[in-house]
This record gives sequence, C-alpha cells and structure tokens, in this order.
Amino acid sequence: MSHAIVAERLVKHFGQTKALDGVDLTLESGTVLGVLGPNGAGKTTAVRILATLLRPDGGSARVGGLDVIKDAHKVRALVGLTGQYASVDEALTGSENLRLIGRLLGMSRADSRARAAELLASFHLEDAADRAAKTYSGGMRRRLDLAASLIGRPKVLFLDEPTTGLDPRARNEVWEIVRELVSDGTSVLLTTQYLDEADQLADRISVIDHGKVIAHGTPDELKRQTGSQALAVRPVQESDVDKVLAVISEVAAGPELSNGTVTARVTDPAVLPAVVRRLDDAGVAIAELALRTSTLDEVFLALTGHRAEEEAKA
Amino acid sequence: MTTLTVPRQSPGAGLRQTFSLAWRGLVQIRHNPMELGDLSFQPIMFVLLFTYLFGGAISGDPVAYLQFMLPGIIVQSGLMATMNSGMGLSVDLSKGFFDRLQALPIARWAPLAGRILSDSVKQGWSMFILMATGYAIGFRATEGVVGVLGAFGLMLLFTFLVSWFAVFVGSIADEPEKVMMYGFTVIFPLSFLSNAFVRTDTLPGWLQAFVKVNPVTHMSDALRGMLTGGPVLTNTLWGLLGALAIALIFAPLALAKIKRR
Ligand SMILES: Nc1ncnc2c1ncn2[C@@H]1O[C@H](COP(=O)(O)OP(=O)(O)O)[C@@H](O)[C@H]1O
Ligand SMILES: [Mg+2]
Repeated sequence: MSHAIVAERLVKHFGQTKALDGVDLTLESGTVLGVLGPNGAGKTTAVRILATLLRPDGGSARVGGLDVIKDAHKVRALVGLTGQYASVDEALTGSENLRLIGRLLGMSRADSRARAAELLASFHLEDAADRAAKTYSGGMRRRLDLAASLIGRPKVLFLDEPTTGLDPRARNEVWEIVRELVSDGTSVLLTTQYLDEADQLADRISVIDHGKVIAHGTPDELKRQTGSQALAVRPVQESDVDKVLAVISEVAAGPELSNGTVTARVTDPAVLPAVVRRLDDAGVAIAELALRTSTLDEVFLALTGHRAEEEAKA
Repeated sequence: MTTLTVPRQSPGAGLRQTFSLAWRGLVQIRHNPMELGDLSFQPIMFVLLFTYLFGGAISGDPVAYLQFMLPGIIVQSGLMATMNSGMGLSVDLSKGFFDRLQALPIARWAPLAGRILSDSVKQGWSMFILMATGYAIGFRATEGVVGVLGAFGLMLLFTFLVSWFAVFVGSIADEPEKVMMYGFTVIFPLSFLSNAFVRTDTLPGWLQAFVKVNPVTHMSDALRGMLTGGPVLTNTLWGLLGALAIALIFAPLALAKIKRR
C-alpha cells in the first residue's frame, strides 16, 4: 500500500458544532503526517473517525486500503491508537495492562507475557512493571499508553497530542520512540498543538482550524508560506534603530519596531550571519539578537489573519 | 518472536475476550484495597449492625430479627453494589480506556459482557460473605441446599437486570464521582422503602401502598421463601418482572448513549 490513510471530505457535526467540515488527509506509508491545530480544531474527531470509534456524517476514509466503516473490524487489526488522555487502566500494573491487550488481540498467555516484557524493557518501565499505573508519573503513563498501542505491531499508529502536558524531557523521550517506530516502517498520524513538534517529527503537515484544512505541505513549505521564525534585534544605541530597520528590510519583509527592538519574520535561518555582518559593517553595536521559532499562534496569524486563541474560543 | 493473529469475530473469540476483560475487573481488586473492603467488610458490618442494634427493638430478639432481615439485606446490598458497575464504566469512558478497547479488533459486546461477568462474581462473593456472617451469629436456612442455590441464582439474575440502570447512569454522568450520587438518590429510597428490614404491616397505610408494589419487597420475600420458608413463585415473578422492566428501559438507553458518544 502506498497510502496508509486517505480521508476525503470528512464531515462530522455535533449538534450545531461542525467539528469536521470537509477534511482531506493523506498519510503516505512509512511517513509521519502531523495534524496541527488549536484546541477545538477537530483533531480528536478526525482521529476517532479514522480509528473507527466514530462514524462520519459525510465523506469517506480508507486506512491501509480498507474502508473505516465497511471494514471497521479489519481496520482495527491494522491500527494502534494512543488517545489524547493516557488511557491505561490505572488500577492495573503496567505489565497487567499490556498483557490484557495482548490477550484481547488473541495472543497466548506466554506470548502476551513475552511481548509485554519486551515493550516494558524498551520503554524503560521494567522497574515499574509490577506497580499500579496510578502511581506512574505523566511521562511513564504516556510511555505505557504508547506501549499498549504497540502490542499488536500496528502498521498505522494514531497519536493524539502525545506530548501535551509532558515536561521537555518526557516529550523528547516520546519523540525518540516515534522516530524509532517510523524507521521500523510504521506509518504515523500525529496530532499536535505545537509547531515545533510537527516540525521535528512530521514529513507532512496539515494545519486544521474550525474543522477545515487551511494549509498543507512539508514543514519547509509551510515555513516558507508563513515565515517560520522571528528575528529580533535591539541596538545598544536607540538612535541606531533606523540603521537596523534598513539592514533587516534587505533580508526580510515588513520589519516592525517596538520598545527599541526590531522584529521581522524570516524563512531562512541563513540570514542570521548576513544580518550580523551588515550590522557590523554599518557600525551598529548590538545589545540583543535572537532568532526564535514561530509559535502556533504566529503561524495561525500568518495563515488566517487571526490568532489561534480567539479561534478556539469562537 | 510473538506473532499477532487477528481474532475473527466468532462468538468463541468474543467469549475469550469477555473472560480476559472479566479477569481485568477482578485483578483490579488486588490494587484497590478499598474495593475489597466494600465487598467484604461492609457486608459483615451491616449484618452485625442491623442484627444487634435494631434486632432487639424490632423483633424483641436479635437472632429472630436476623432470620427475618438477612434475606432483605442481601437484596439491599446487591442493589447498592450494582452502582459499582456504573462507576467502573464511567471511569473507563472518562479516562479513555473504553476508546482503547473499542479501537481493538474485539467483539463490540465483549467490554460490557466482561464487566457484567466480573461484577457478577463480586456480587456472588458479597452475598457469600453476608450468608456466612449471618450463619456465624445464628441465621439458619431451613429450605436446604436447593433453597440457598436458588437464592444465589435469583440474586445474580436480579442484579444483572437492575445493573442496566447503573450502566445507564454511568454512561450519562460526566464524572465518575457523580454516578454514586445519582445512583444512591434512586437506589437508597427504593431499597429502604420496602419490607427488607421491617414488616409491611408496621408501616402507615400510605407507605404500605408503595412498599407493596416495590420489587425490592417481592425480592426480599422471594429470598425469605427460599431461605427460611414461605411463598416463592409469585414473589420471584414480581421481583424479576420489576427488574426486567428496569433492564428493558435502561439497557437500550445506555447502549445508545455509549454508541453515540
Ligand atoms: N462528543 C462531542 N459532543 C459534542 N461536541 C463535541 C464532541 N466531541 C467534540 N466536540 C466539539 O467538536 C469540536 C472539535 O473537537 P475536537 O475534535 O475534540 O478538537 P481538538 O481535538 O482539535 O481539540 C469542538 O468544538 C468540540 O467541542
Ligand atoms: Mg483533541
């Protein structure tokens, strides 16, 4: 199969809410599709439809070439799901959680025990294997959750906001796991609210908002479209801001000035040395110079003209 | 290497999955001492409390009262325990574990069936503890083994039917904690406004009218018949009919609610 997921014009309404309003998604086999959007955009609804938990009101979707409605049972044998909230049985131990899934997938007692031990080891959970999951930290629970969705070696993996609420270290661990899975050939659909997460992991990104795909492409294409990074320069002498504005407008469009700092969106990180050189040539002493990744908010601002926060509340 | 065999949707596979999920419901007890307490110490405490605290006042003699009240307390405690099914379901729904199960290639009915099975085992255990405690302090079943087994069987069927109300409450409650609150609001008056603990003829007339139609009254009398002698058949029928009505109303509502989420 060349496409792990093909979803066309998916529609789902909850009463008055149009959770999905004609969403197309494509995941190529062996790659990662990042579905990026703010709270309430429709990410979870899309994942639930693709994982056969919810029936769409319109449109169609195929996972591994199988229709998610007509061949739901076969699709379930193909996919693994890690929901938005680490969904393990907190009253069971880590090992019991994994063995339960193994047994439900039709493994023998010995096979499920072996598979559980294997996954607990590779996710650094051996020491906690026989402790109730309710005693786990957020990061451990996430890893157990991931392990539970991998018991059956799924070809297609759904990760719904896998790092929301995790500290940076735990987030990095999850990222590592995802990279390994992909290198082993698993196709991954990952939803996230974080631009850098999509940037780190995804081969392609679909940005969704209000149940619609508003942009799609590789991370680089999106960055070019939106201006992925913000360059900020503050001269020592406030009187130098005009020179700074002049230099920056040579490399980036529409620099803005506030509080003695000049900011501009840049798409190519390579501009940084050029800016430094030219400011030096112009004899400007610099107090602060920074290049930082755009937030999701800024991507939204660039794509939609309004902020993600307002979108979510609307 | 372990290999994954995709389970077919055969009834046999569904049954195996049901047993696995029932195992899960029972293993949970190991890590949740509270639940063990609910299942064991609470029955013991209630039997002792009612027998020695109220027995003298109500029947003039604790053991005479025990002989009347034990069948009633079995029904009452079984009813209360059905709320645990709703609570467990609500936890699964709100924590996303239910989604995890539904995303697996297993029979659609297995998760609920597994829960019903493990809850029935828990019900049987509680009832055993109630009977054993009663026996230790003087209760005697006069109708032999058949009566005792009949009482167990009837209670398992009755609590299975009534637990659909709990499952419904579990499917609509937005937080697991609210399941107990909603459930007790209905089950508490239902189980006490019956002849489980006091004879109907000691009650004021207007209350008698309700007590006489309450299925809990019929169930209590049916168990009395099976354990200590008396009419069985009509009481069993009325008790089960009441429970069946509850199941017929709430099972479709609960299933629709769970599916439509
Ligand atoms: N079961 C439901 N009932 C009613 N509304 C829902 C339900 N699930 C989601 N919604 C609504 O649909 C929209 C999309 O939700 P969701 O898919 O959860 O977004 P995301 O995962 O991107 O945060 C939101 O407005 C949400 O309130
Ligand atoms: Mg979501």
